[in-house]
Amino acid sequence: MEYTILILLLPFLSFLFLGLAGKWLSHRTSGLIGTTVLAAITILSYCTAYTYFTADRCADGSYATLVPYNATWLPLGHLNFDLGILLDPISVMMLIVITTVSFMVHIYSFGYMKGERGFQRYYAFLSLFTMSMLGLVVATNIFQMYLFWELVGVSSYLLIGFYYTLPAAVAASKKAFIVTRFADLGFLIGILIFGYYTGSFSFDFVNNLQMAEGTTPFIPCGIDKAIAAGGFILPTALTLMFIGGAGKSAMFPLHIWLPDAMEGPTPVSALIHAATMVVAGVYQVARLFPLWVTYAQDWMPIIIWVGVFTAFYAASVACAQSDIKRVLAFSTISQIAFMMVALGVCTEITTGHEHAGSIGYMASMFHLFTHAMFKACLFLGAGCIIHAVHSNEMVAMGGLRKYLPITHATFLISCLAISGIPFFSGFSSKDEIITACMAYSPAVGYIMTAIAAMTAFYMFRLYYGIFWGTENKELHTEHTPHEETIMTAPLVILSIITVGVGIYTTLAGFGLFEGYSFGSLISADGQDYRIHFDPSVASLSTIIAICSIALATYIFKGETQPVADRMYNAAPRLHRWAYKRFYMDEVYQFITHRIIFAYVSRPIAWFDRHVIDGFFNFLAWGTHTLSNNIKGFQSGRVQQYALVFLIGILVLILMIL
Amino acid sequence: MDYSQFLNMHDEISLIAVIVILFLADLFLCGEHKSEMASKAMSLLPSGLLLLQTAYIASALICPCGNGIVDAFGGMYHNTPMMTLVKVVLNIGTIIVFLMANNWLKRPENQVKEGEFYLLTLSTLLGMYYMMSSGHFLMFFIGLELASIPMTALIAYTKNNQESAEAAAKYILTALFSSGLLLYGISLIYGTCGTMYFNELACKFDTNNTLQLVALVLFISGIGFKISLVPFHLWTADTYQGAPTTVTGYLSVISKGAAAFVLFTILFKVFQPMIEQWDIIMLWIIIFSITIANIFAVRQNNIKRFMAFSAISQAGYLVLGVMGGTAQGMTSLVYYLFVYMVANLGVFLIINVTEQNSGKINISDYNGFYQTNPKLSFIMTLCLFSLAGIPPFAGFFSKFFIFMAAFNAGFPVLVFIALVNTVISLYYYLLIVKAMYIMKSNEPIALFKSDSYSKIAIVICTLGVVFGGIISCIYGYIDILSNLSYGM
Repeated sequence: MEYTILILLLPFLSFLFLGLAGKWLSHRTSGLIGTTVLAAITILSYCTAYTYFTADRCADGSYATLVPYNATWLPLGHLNFDLGILLDPISVMMLIVITTVSFMVHIYSFGYMKGERGFQRYYAFLSLFTMSMLGLVVATNIFQMYLFWELVGVSSYLLIGFYYTLPAAVAASKKAFIVTRFADLGFLIGILIFGYYTGSFSFDFVNNLQMAEGTTPFIPCGIDKAIAAGGFILPTALTLMFIGGAGKSAMFPLHIWLPDAMEGPTPVSALIHAATMVVAGVYQVARLFPLWVTYAQDWMPIIIWVGVFTAFYAASVACAQSDIKRVLAFSTISQIAFMMVALGVCTEITTGHEHAGSIGYMASMFHLFTHAMFKACLFLGAGCIIHAVHSNEMVAMGGLRKYLPITHATFLISCLAISGIPFFSGFSSKDEIITACMAYSPAVGYIMTAIAAMTAFYMFRLYYGIFWGTENKELHTEHTPHEETIMTAPLVILSIITVGVGIYTTLAGFGLFEGYSFGSLISADGQDYRIHFDPSVASLSTIIAICSIALATYIFKGETQPVADRMYNAAPRLHRWAYKRFYMDEVYQFITHRIIFAYVSRPIAWFDRHVIDGFFNFLAWGTHTLSNNIKGFQSGRVQQYALVFLIGILVLILMIL
Repeated sequence: MDYSQFLNMHDEISLIAVIVILFLADLFLCGEHKSEMASKAMSLLPSGLLLLQTAYIASALICPCGNGIVDAFGGMYHNTPMMTLVKVVLNIGTIIVFLMANNWLKRPENQVKEGEFYLLTLSTLLGMYYMMSSGHFLMFFIGLELASIPMTALIAYTKNNQESAEAAAKYILTALFSSGLLLYGISLIYGTCGTMYFNELACKFDTNNTLQLVALVLFISGIGFKISLVPFHLWTADTYQGAPTTVTGYLSVISKGAAAFVLFTILFKVFQPMIEQWDIIMLWIIIFSITIANIFAVRQNNIKRFMAFSAISQAGYLVLGVMGGTAQGMTSLVYYLFVYMVANLGVFLIINVTEQNSGKINISDYNGFYQTNPKLSFIMTLCLFSLAGIPPFAGFFSKFFIFMAAFNAGFPVLVFIALVNTVISLYYYLLIVKAMYIMKSNEPIALFKSDSYSKIAIVICTLGVVFGGIISCIYGYIDILSNLSYGM
């Protein structure tokens, strides 16, 4: 498995090459270089996955965790910073997700970004992002994860601000960077606490660890030492790390950056802000899950309730947005919250489907996979629509199904998947999550079912708003909207994955294909993941999903929408609140500008300007003055030099005698 | 006598071979009127031969026979893989200096003595080799002198230049003075212990013996002169300013580095029983070196003089690794030496090409340098950042490791003082950056093309500065060797 190092190296080299030599290359060449490299690492990732999942298992039937490569980067005495590659079922699954979506986005961008200024720069950044994200998922230790975590943040910043001439894009990129950096502070403190008390950063607590020959061995985690130092230490560290994860995964109240991040090019939104980077927080919690479940079980409701509230909040905001990318952004927040909740309700890590407590973990990772595929498809579809009508607003759309047939079909498939209709991938994964929630507490289960119903409702509101309803003839007279093959091909591939996975898992859930399951690919803890339905949960959520779709159809399908208008007139304030995202941004503005800037920053600035700067000015002045006063020593006379030499020796002798 | 023992001294014998070949080449190739071919050969031969010799001694590191430790002549000569590594590092530095000197040596006034430069430089290098690999105080002293005396000739290389002659005079006078004191110290050791073999001395020392303590101080002063530590540093600024720029580069890195390494090995091996005493001495020497040099550096305008004070302060950081005499200290010292070498030579390379092309050596002359020579100013900035210890350049890592070594050895206050001083050093390094990028000038140094030899050297230094820190296996490798040597 040594070739896995290429998966990281190739995109890095491609980034360097495109970044340095890009300006001498044509658009086409640089795009081709980026895409070819991505194709290569996609194939490598598939090879890795194939080798990994078909390799011999451990005695207890679970997958081994392989570390084909690990080396000390910075030796710090007892605590080392390592860099390496760790392969276990979730990291291999992530390799597939990231490379697949990234590859699709690379192809798609040929059409979407055609003729843009900075095309080469765009592909260079995409390579950088892919490298950092892959480095994050295969990290062998928390520190490496953090390193690539920040790199991911940087590349996200660069890509959101890609149109750097637009003030909105610049503001959005700054906002995204600052908010996630703020959350990352928690992550960093958590890492430092963890490293200080356990004496290690490595993930050596995962099961069945197998180090390859010639790799630097892990420094074992002194979990016992940390517990001995106080029972609250590990939970505190984990919770602080969760804050970092919540920032990256846009959990309430750190979600405010994600809707604004939609200012970036749409393929970037699909890759970074829907499929891969935003799930880094979920992945981080999943990676540290053995610690959570063993040492911080009592603190896990934090994850659940943050998740539940975020899911609800984002779903309700999504119902009122008019910008299609914003709707998708809030839908993403809500779906990621589903994954978080699924992790939170998981009460044990032991395997097999007789252990009801461990469903959540697998369901979360499964949903991560399916969501990445259909959400990328939705975003890329939205990109096609925006490309065709040159607007993000739903008002400019309507009746587009005639002009964009392929986009329409794939968009519908993805909407059905996210709504949880059987035979589409979202059904299986979401159903698993709700089953897991039900097993934990019926209350959480029912809330999540209700949010799933809201999901179906707003997705179909979006769908009807774009493809049905009144056509905006004025806009369409100038040029007929059309779609390009290079942009629709990725949509088709992604929707085939969505349908294929959906049919397979649904049938598997009904008891077909016993003994061999697609779930092997999604396996979370080393054991095969068996799709298993709780008939009552499955039927309930299906019925509810169908009902909300029917409701959305009733309200939004027609040319005129009397019901929608009546609802709006009945509660205009509620609509306005939801449209304004419950004024969360304004709350932040108030807190930062009115409170923090005025009462914290200003005094600090004064202190900085007068006391700190004063101290350094004093230092500089002192140095200069002293320098002037003692320049006599450097007289140029050798006799004096010898004298100083001799006196120096005498002083030193006196000192030690 | 068993003459075959000479063959055990691979490193030195191969260097002597290089010197002899160069001597003959110089004799036959360079007459009054050099042909084009001969001139070309004289440019390539020294660097090429030295590169071969480096490869030869480095090969012993890659595939060592046994534990790699060599003794000859009953312990007079003693070599460990770590010493060979330091020699390799010094060789690389010398090659860079040769590349730097090439264009300058082709000038009409230097043509006739071109070969001398290489022979003298390699002679001092040979002296440093023997100094490092000595197992006996006499051997050490001979090595030291061999490293000093040709150095004086090098400093006076442009003998018709008054400054150069003055610099050489100051150097030789101070060197003689310090040698005399060192010799006196050695005689005290011989008088009280009856032996001068390093491996016999350690057990004969007595911390209550005043004469031996005086000998310790005299030894430190003798070697402190070579490293230019305060208060034995006063010759440095005058000599650096007067000497030809390439020689200054050589003096500031190679001869200093060798001496710092010897200071570590001898203090650790011979003066081990007096560790408490020399810790105190070194503590104060380091504090004064770093601080006083920084204070002086702030108001220099001549860039060579400025680099002299920077070098004194860097020497203070370098010998931080000596504190406590730990294996980690030795690793970080050698790593620091390597990183300091590439960064400092990088700065000197640019000073040199600028001086060769425009004749300007004042910091104020560099005003507006970025407008006319953006590439050179950028590389100079990188090197200065590395010297100041700004991440992610190599200098940050080397400072970090050396601070960590001193901290682990139990000197947190010293580390704190050194840290405060890095802030001051950042200030004066940035003065040059400010001159190059921000200050406006009516007549900035015009755009010039540097010669290809200098270009190669600049590229090597830049690569070292940028990647020397990030590629962590360098430190790891030194650490392995140092732990290996430390036990012996």
